[in-house]
Amino acid sequence: MSKLISLEDAVARIPNGASLLIGGFMAVGGPNRLVDELIRQRKSDLTIIANDTARPAMGLGKLVVERLVAKVITSHIGLNPETQKQMIAGDIQVELVPQGTLAERIRSGGVGLGGVLTPTGVGTTVEEGKRTVEIDGKTYLLELPIKADFALIAAKQADLYGNLTYALTARNFNPIMAMAATTVIAEAEDIVPVGCIPPDAVMTPSILVDHLISNSNR
Amino acid sequence: MDEKTLIAKRVALELKDGDLCNLGIGLPTLVARYVPAGRNVFFQSENGIVGMSGPVAGADNHDLTDAGGSPISALPGAASFDSALSFGLIRGGHLDVTVLGGLQVDEEGHLANWMVPGKMVPGMGGAMDLVTGARRVIVAMQHSAKGESKIVKHCTLPLTSVRRVDLIVTDLAVIEPTDAGLVLKETAPGVTVEQVLANTGCELILSPDLRPMPLEG
Repeated sequence: MSKLISLEDAVARIPNGASLLIGGFMAVGGPNRLVDELIRQRKSDLTIIANDTARPAMGLGKLVVERLVAKVITSHIGLNPETQKQMIAGDIQVELVPQGTLAERIRSGGVGLGGVLTPTGVGTTVEEGKRTVEIDGKTYLLELPIKADFALIAAKQADLYGNLTYALTARNFNPIMAMAATTVIAEAEDIVPVGCIPPDAVMTPSILVDHLISNSNR
Repeated sequence: MDEKTLIAKRVALELKDGDLCNLGIGLPTLVARYVPAGRNVFFQSENGIVGMSGPVAGADNHDLTDAGGSPISALPGAASFDSALSFGLIRGGHLDVTVLGGLQVDEEGHLANWMVPGKMVPGMGGAMDLVTGARRVIVAMQHSAKGESKIVKHCTLPLTSVRRVDLIVTDLAVIEPTDAGLVLKETAPGVTVEQVLANTGCELILSPDLRPMPLEG
């Protein structure tokens, strides 16, 4: 039942043009080994869904610099001038989503909901093209679910089944994204035998994780 | 005292004992330094922690940063969580106060702080959720930029939310948006009412209780 796979084999399963949910917040808690391997294997035309595009030389920011990204759905590109430059040049498509809305769109995708109703964005440019719903006199936007072909997740600790824990602010989008993809690939700082992580400590249950990157060749 | 310190010190007086507070990046982060003694304020960082504090030299942890990716520390009693819960706190009315920077605030108390079309498109990050959901929204900003007032009749930049902000603190004044319009409540040390009016792009109502800006609680 071990889900261990080599980094190279895991990334080889990702085709060009795939949609990827990528965990992390300014690359903290980001699957940075998987990202580097995407670059090494020159996976291109990717759609990236992530909180931010980090910095040019950091985490998934490097995918943008390497021009492997066709579209990004994100809340913040302010610290990666390369994303802004490619957006203005029309080389990359950027959909900006309020951060809380991004989290709930991914969550709803992963838990079988048809979307979420949020007051965030009402009356702003975010409302354009969206349905509104009035409930008890208050207006909400209908925000639709997000799902992807793959989720690339970074954990603090994993067991061989793929149960995951996260540390502090490195948790961020990881557990939400782990529910919203067809195939979930996780990397972890430490991999321990099954049974070492108590059930109450598991933050992402193993049944969500398809592949766990081996640490043997780090 | 420089202008940013003055703004941060005045904003800090608005924080109450027991408040949960989220500070935006930039000027607002300075506010944490000036919380009046005896007031226990919890700070949230929207990347997933309540109970954050400044960095501790030599104790950097690559799993513990603020929303800008800079190192922070966690106080005893802190709690960490995922992004959905973090924004549930913000949207769900569990956040007492947020302090955010601003590009423009208008007569109706509408804030614009996330983009300048064609020039700067950083994205809204958590700002739209914060302005929509926090119980109290305080804007901390310079009164003017490049010779132009940032307090205007109508925002020309895209709005962050249509929710009216609760207080505007600048290097010149403290202004409260109300149903009747913007009310001038305080003037900064050495600043006259005439100077505030001359540097403001819309009408201000003078508060009957207009006073000099206090800087100590």
